[in-house]
Amino acid sequence: MSDTDNQSTGASSHGEGPFIAAIDQGTTSSRCIVFDKDGRIVSVDQKEHEQIFPKPGWVEHDASEIWTNVQEVVIGALDKAGITKADVKALGITNQRETTLLWDKATGEPVHNALVWQDTRTDALCRELGRNVGQDRFRRETGLPLASYFAGPKIRWLLDNVDGLRERADRGELLFGTMDSWVIWNLTGGPDGGRHVTDVTNASRTMLMNLRTMAWDEKICESMGVPMSVLPEIRSSAEVYGEATGALAGVPVASALGDQQAALFGQTCYSEGEAKSTYGTGTFLLLNTGHEAVNSYNGLLTTVGYQIGDERPVYALEGAIAVTGSLVQWMRDQMGLINSAAEIETLASSVDDNGGAYFVPAFSGLFAPYWRDDARGVIAGLTRYVTKAHLARAVLEATAWQTREIVDAMAKDSGVELTALKVDGGMTSNNLLMQTMSDFLDAPVVRPMVAETTCLGAAYAAGLAVGFWSDTDELRANWKRAAEWTPSMDAADRDREYKNWLKAVQRTMGWIEEEN
Amino acid sequence: MARTIQSLERAAAVLRVLAGGERRLGLSDIAASMELPKATAHGLLRTLQQEGFVEQDGATGKYQLGAELLRLGTSYLDVHELRSRALVWADDLARSSGESVYLGVLHKRGVLIVHHVFRPDNSRQVLEVGVMQPLHSTALGKVLAAYDPVAHNEAVDGERQRFTERTVTALDGFEEVLDLTRARGWAADVEETWEGLASIAAPIRDRRRMPVGAVGVTGAVERLCEEVPVGGPAGGAGPAAAPGPGSSGGGAGGEAELRPLLVAAVRDCARAVSRDLGAARF
Repeated sequence: MSDTDNQSTGASSHGEGPFIAAIDQGTTSSRCIVFDKDGRIVSVDQKEHEQIFPKPGWVEHDASEIWTNVQEVVIGALDKAGITKADVKALGITNQRETTLLWDKATGEPVHNALVWQDTRTDALCRELGRNVGQDRFRRETGLPLASYFAGPKIRWLLDNVDGLRERADRGELLFGTMDSWVIWNLTGGPDGGRHVTDVTNASRTMLMNLRTMAWDEKICESMGVPMSVLPEIRSSAEVYGEATGALAGVPVASALGDQQAALFGQTCYSEGEAKSTYGTGTFLLLNTGHEAVNSYNGLLTTVGYQIGDERPVYALEGAIAVTGSLVQWMRDQMGLINSAAEIETLASSVDDNGGAYFVPAFSGLFAPYWRDDARGVIAGLTRYVTKAHLARAVLEATAWQTREIVDAMAKDSGVELTALKVDGGMTSNNLLMQTMSDFLDAPVVRPMVAETTCLGAAYAAGLAVGFWSDTDELRANWKRAAEWTPSMDAADRDREYKNWLKAVQRTMGWIEEEN
Repeated sequence: MARTIQSLERAAAVLRVLAGGERRLGLSDIAASMELPKATAHGLLRTLQQEGFVEQDGATGKYQLGAELLRLGTSYLDVHELRSRALVWADDLARSSGESVYLGVLHKRGVLIVHHVFRPDNSRQVLEVGVMQPLHSTALGKVLAAYDPVAHNEAVDGERQRFTERTVTALDGFEEVLDLTRARGWAADVEETWEGLASIAAPIRDRRRMPVGAVGVTGAVERLCEEVPVGGPAGGAGPAAAPGPGSSGGGAGGEAELRPLLVAAVRDCARAVSRDLGAARF
């Protein structure tokens, strides 16, 4: 992707500007994509940043490196498109969620590396914060269980463990932000008048925001030990936060959305009951639940989907699957059964079924809807008959069944039956997987024509904020179906297979025994 | 049965011996196990060594299998790999052309559709991945037959069924179509397979410039062509840049003028996918 001067040949066939640029500050790289009015990609630039692993389970990013990369990819994308800042009507931002940074308000220097969402150093702290209530202590207000991903406990860890930070925070010298806030603050001037804001979707991942009031929850901040003076102002996902300075001087900075919410927006899931699923190393399924924040009793997260300007916020239920694409990578890198990720389909297609084998990849426990960290991976149903091709099939089926479990949990929580699932991400090129998914869900699976739904969502939100697009109906018209898979599985077969899958899932639980 | 070539048989036998248990063998071991004079075995080994199929250990003088064999074995392109590399480009082609996009590879005696992108009008369409198309009459098939010698043989030896009155079935006419395809770098099918439908396709090549597949658009002949063929030859009405009439002998009248912008978009897409597969610019 990095050196293929990707879309440059396509640029000539695109119309005249103006354009919208979107920054995707992701976990492994920062990218900037320029879109035209039809939502088509005009140019892409991308730069990876270092993953820092100080200890097992700890993951950090150098926020200064990230800010440098963001500036470079913005300029790079404009250059590749052959346009100037004058052609860019607005700049949108989407970002890796929950990754936590504290920086010095006066100098703009980070006071510590950013703690990445995957970082598990706050595990013990989260247990401690649960006190006698447990991991659902703040669930009613925030929609989230106490887990190490979320930003609030990460702030607390930094203040407790980095010398002098607590005092500096109390003196009002520090600012907190997830990566959206960091990028917007720097884009709009940094120490020199930068806007210290975040959007409702990113704020909803801190465990510090009350979902009903869309404001920081004083009591939770107090319990968590986070001084409210470090927190950014919470704004909508689509409004002009300020004007950029530097290379983009004057361009409105007009949207911020967490990456999964941006994908929901880019997939134009604007109606209650519409859902998207993004298949990467892991998978995130988000269901639009309209203006109601639906409490989950089935292991899902309640989160903000988006908020456009003054309009009422739209909520979502979120289900995460830890291991999907990474299971295919595991088959390639650890098992050596395939040479490339795409070959899993070739291998799996060489047999008609799973031969009785079921693969539950609970490598680091089970996520939604179970949330069992004592579970570990299992391959069940092995006999002499089973070949590597059957296992390849079981690998793909694992992704499809895990999707089915989340969809079922969402139906229970929201009462809404899914009519079709919109998919995106790298694994959507796997035809067998998509067909299997449709068979297991007993619902159509639809792939849109733009694969970059995350950046597109940020671009859409920014474009709405500045009037580049008039409303969400216009954006819907941009959505084009590239492929659709429809179910063709016998109901009795599906039920029997699902039962077997659920049985295999039970076998994973309780493997890790409580130590210490 | 055509006669076989003895030295090739012997070379294959050498490779089999080296692939057997011992892996590293001296010249006399190889000659002995093949019951050949040492000089003959040496000649075979030297030739195989030049081609990279055999390597000689500098210290011991023993022979083993060469890296070229491994490269041959792994250079086969998985069709699912091809699809995943082509995905974004095929989407882009569908959007820019407004037509459905197909990606095909040679499979048995026809074109196997390995990727399909819907026409971007959100109408009800059925995914055609896994469907077979004929080699001799479709744009994808003609591209494969023009560039891939194996596909060419299949198309030449196989039956060329008449689907419409425009289908080219005679061998000389078919070869002319392939010549034209090679000369201009793309192929067309104007109602030669399906009444009312036209398609345009161009070759996808891998890093060794081997043709590994073809990508193209298919749609209503009224949308793909400048003018609808009405029986008579299209005449010299088209712009100079456009391809001349096919005059391919088998069909009724000449080939209609395909829209140059669509042809360019298809060729751009094929080049982009090829570049992603590591082919040098062409």
